[in-house]
Parts: sequence; C-alpha cells; structure tokens
Amino acid sequence: MAAGGILHAHLEEAARRFSDRRAVEETDGRFQTYGELAALSDRVRDRLVRWGVRRGDRVGFYMQKSVDAVAMLYGILKAGAAYVPVDPGAPASRNAFVLADCAVRVAAVEEVFAESFRAETAKIGKTVPGLLLLGRVGGGEALREALDREDRNDPAPRAQTVRPDPEDLAYILYTSGSTGKPKGVALSHRHASSFVDWCSETLEPRETDRFSSHAPFHFDLSIHDIHVSLKHGAALVLFGEAVGKDPGSLASLIAEKKISIWYSTPSILTLLVQYGGLERFEVPNLRWVLFAGEVFPIKHLRAIKTLWPRPRYANLYGPTETNVCTWYEIPREIPADRTEPYPIGKACSHCRTKVVDAEGKDVPPGNEGELVVAGPAVLSEYWNLPEQTSRAFLVDGEGERWYKTGDLVIEEANGDYTFLGRRDRMVKRRGYRVELGEIEAGLYKHPAIEEAAAIGAEDEESGVRILVFLKCAGNERPTIVELKRFSAENLPRYMIPDEFRFVDAIPKTSTDKIDYQRLKEMKA
Amino acid sequence: MDEGIKQTIKEYILKEFLPGERPDALGDSTPLVSGGILDSIATLKLVAFLEERYEIRLEAHEASAENLNTIEEIARLVQSKKG
Repeated sequence: MAAGGILHAHLEEAARRFSDRRAVEETDGRFQTYGELAALSDRVRDRLVRWGVRRGDRVGFYMQKSVDAVAMLYGILKAGAAYVPVDPGAPASRNAFVLADCAVRVAAVEEVFAESFRAETAKIGKTVPGLLLLGRVGGGEALREALDREDRNDPAPRAQTVRPDPEDLAYILYTSGSTGKPKGVALSHRHASSFVDWCSETLEPRETDRFSSHAPFHFDLSIHDIHVSLKHGAALVLFGEAVGKDPGSLASLIAEKKISIWYSTPSILTLLVQYGGLERFEVPNLRWVLFAGEVFPIKHLRAIKTLWPRPRYANLYGPTETNVCTWYEIPREIPADRTEPYPIGKACSHCRTKVVDAEGKDVPPGNEGELVVAGPAVLSEYWNLPEQTSRAFLVDGEGERWYKTGDLVIEEANGDYTFLGRRDRMVKRRGYRVELGEIEAGLYKHPAIEEAAAIGAEDEESGVRILVFLKCAGNERPTIVELKRFSAENLPRYMIPDEFRFVDAIPKTSTDKIDYQRLKEMKA
Repeated sequence: MDEGIKQTIKEYILKEFLPGERPDALGDSTPLVSGGILDSIATLKLVAFLEERYEIRLEAHEASAENLNTIEEIARLVQSKKG
C-alpha cells in the first residue's frame, strides 16, 4: 500500500482523497476537514523544523484533547519526530518528569499549565529547548494563533514532510512504573501500523463511519481512535475530559453525533448503563462497540446489550506494549445463566501468543500460565530503561523475543484464552494501569508517613478498590482528608486510594518484605 | 441554610468516601473535588443519593465539579432545588 505503514502518510493519503470531508470534530460542533487538518499540521511541521526538530527527536504536548492536539500530533510526525502526549489532569511534576525523561526538543503547552510546568521542570534541573504556548485549545484556533505569533517574529519556511523508516519511533506513551517513576513505552510506525492494519481488516471502516475518541491521547486506546479513523477518511469525534465522565451527556452525544464505532473501557459503558438514561436515545448508526482495558462484569455487559441490541461487541485485550493482541467477539445472545466474564479470545492475525510457566517453558492448554506475545506490534524497548526492557522479554531457543504480559491465563479447549489475574503488583482501575508501588512511592513523600503498603481489592461495583495501610512516624496521624489532598497533589487522579488504614506495624514476611498476602487477609 | 442538609451530606461523604475518618476532619468548606475526595464516579453516586433523598433533579451542568466542591456549596444547591 502507498502509505507503507507510516502513520502520517495515512493522513496525507486520506487528505488527497477526502479533502472536504470532516476529519476531526469536537462535541460543541467545531471541526476541521481533512484538507484543513493536513494544512494545519503542515504548519506545525514547518515550525518544528524551524526550531531544529529532526528525524528521531521527541516532541511533547500538554493540552486538553482538541482539534489542536490532533493537528499537533500529525505535525510532529510529519517533522519525523515521535509524539509524547501527557495527561493534562496529572500533576505538573509528573508531566515535567515525563517530558524531561525522553528529552523532548519542543513541548506544546496550553497556557493554563505553563507556569507550573516551567516551575516543575526547573525544580528537576531541566529545561525544554522550545516551548510553543497555546491559549485555550479548541477547534484548532489556539494552535493557529500560536503559529501566527511565532511566524511574525521568525517566519518558518515550508519544510518537507519526513518519510521516516517504519522502525523510527512514532510515539511514547508513559504508563505507571513500579519504582514510582512512570516508564515510557516507545513504539514505532511499524508497531502501530501493524495494529492499525488489523483494525482495517477486522472492523472494515469506511469514510462514512464516525469514530468516538473517548480515551485520552496518553492512553493507548487513542491509537485506534485517531489512526484508524483518519486512515479511512472517517470522522473522529472528540469527547473531552469533562463530557467523557458525564454519562447523561455522553449518551445523548453518542446518538446526536451518530457514532458508528465506539471504543472505551468497560467502566465507561457501565456508567452509561447505570446513569446515562440510554433508553431515551436511538443509536441506529452504531455498528461496533469495542471495549478494552479491564474485565467487563457480565451483568453490565448484558444490560448494555439489551439497551443497544444492534451493534457487534468485541472485547479487545492487550497491554500498551503490544496494543491489542487478542480479541473476542461477544455472541449475539448472552445466556441468562452466564455469570463468568467472557474470555479475552484468540490472537489477532498480526500477533502470535502462547502460555508459559515461570521458567518460560510452554504450558499445555487447560493449565495456568503467563501469556506472552510476539510479532510486529510488540515494543522494542522502554525509553532509556535497558534493564526493565530485558526483564520484559522471554527469548526462546530460536532467538525470538516474546513480551511477557504479566497476565495469567488459561488456554481453553477451543483455543480461547481466559484471563485469571496478574502475576505482579499491577491493578487495572477504570482501564488505567496502576502500579501499587507508584502509589506507595507517592505517599512516602509525606513527612508523617513511615511505611505505606497498597493493595487492590476486588469490588463488585467499581471493579477494584485501592486500600493503603499506613504506619506513621510518631504519634501524629494525618487526617484522611489530608491524605486525599496530598495524594491529589502527587498522583494522577485515578491513583488516589479509596481507603486508608492506620496500623501500628506493617506485617512482614520471614525475609522482611511487606507481607501483601497478610494485608489482603487484614482488609476484611 | 438548613444545617440538617449539611449534616446529611457530611455523613454520606464520610461513610462512602472517607471510611475511618474522624467526623471533625471534614468541614463545610473542605475542598472535595480538588482535594481528591470526590472523583467523577463518586460525584455521580453523590448526585444520585441527593436526588433520591431530597426528591430533586440535578441537571448535568449543575452537578459539575465547580458546584460540588464543598459541603456548603452542595447544601446550597440542594436547598435551592427544594425551593
């Protein structure tokens, strides 16, 4: 194919074919056509090249989800760089760490975040060489104004769009890291496009489709939303942060915006069922409902299928390191007596999967083991973390590298994988990966806390609750209100613990490690 | 302002979102949303509770984080709805 597995070449191709069709749309109605999006991202490319961005560099963006962010992202790719989106809702200190960690040459920052971002970057002794400041984003206006302003001082000549090697990095997504520092999952054009092509083959998107973009851009679900829709000349409808969490508005917008391909975590679909009033809206255009990121309790899945009976439903599974690597299409009818969640299914056509034991030996079907993944979608490395990279892979006798997902599964007789749980201390909360160690590391910054131990507890309603046991220094205990406030300042919001418990001593194992098993028994 | 409304809201927040907390640590002006106590799902639960308890209906724009950041503000909103 002409685009040759290069993400921005897909957009260029679509812009030639569908120049006047809507490419990106915000829920308030502002939009850009393919022609406009291509032109605005060309201007971003020109500015970045003027500022010295070259093939292989990284460029960050720190802004609300918007047309501006989409144009920024494609401009970065056109300049031959990798894009690094950060969570605008996360503490500025975390975002400063992320953008310094991968040494971005330029960061595009919305003005409301600029002051704290600069201060936090300075605090860790770093600077970002180029800063593009944007007013309040929306509709692409703020980005255009920022580019105009820079052009008045220093005109950016037209630059060539870079045709990178498919092995060049396309983006870095930072996920929770067990050491307390986020780690960068670095993925190339080839990694991403192998998944995008699988979506083309499986979902058969057309230019008349209208995709939801519910997940934030720093979350890997966005790769599907952005790069699959824009490859096919379809419209991408951006659901911003505030509306994305408001089930009543979401339900009416799905109908009003005629969404045909929906993709989100099960948590959001559960909220729609419980609080969205879905029965009030017709959704005749909806043809796929895709979900990923966590287990979908069967009760809520059944409820949404009853309210939206027409579309096909699929459970997509895969960590950020591989993107989607197995999938399972939910049958038309869910038997009334079924209580078990559906399996994660079989490998996607671009991935190979198998189950291994603790020594890395193959495990026969019907036995528990860890799911490992090989193929063109699997990451090459974590950014600048050679040790974590080598620990993440199993290299077999033929020298093939298999990514170890950390997920325990069983291969059923029909070849489907059933998810059993995690091997390590990661939990999924509302679809986000949360390393319990990162929460502990955040809480250790509090002067009154001597020891912190976090566990995840299954919860019927919300999936997982995070419970932290604390041992305080001295007799002064902070209030829980204070601990919540402290967490909100030091951790992304989805990591704020649900519950704190004070203990005189954290139980230890015979080797003097925190006894998490014992803590799980204590939670009752 | 009806002190009973504030008390009811306070008890609900303590029970649901701050298990184990001393009641006096949660004041009428303690920041709830910016203070990490109410996230989006907790806010939905709280709104559903208020609607049922006081037989009122809160529109999405009224139930936003800015209107629900303290017990004081929540109580004022409920009071205005009860009429």
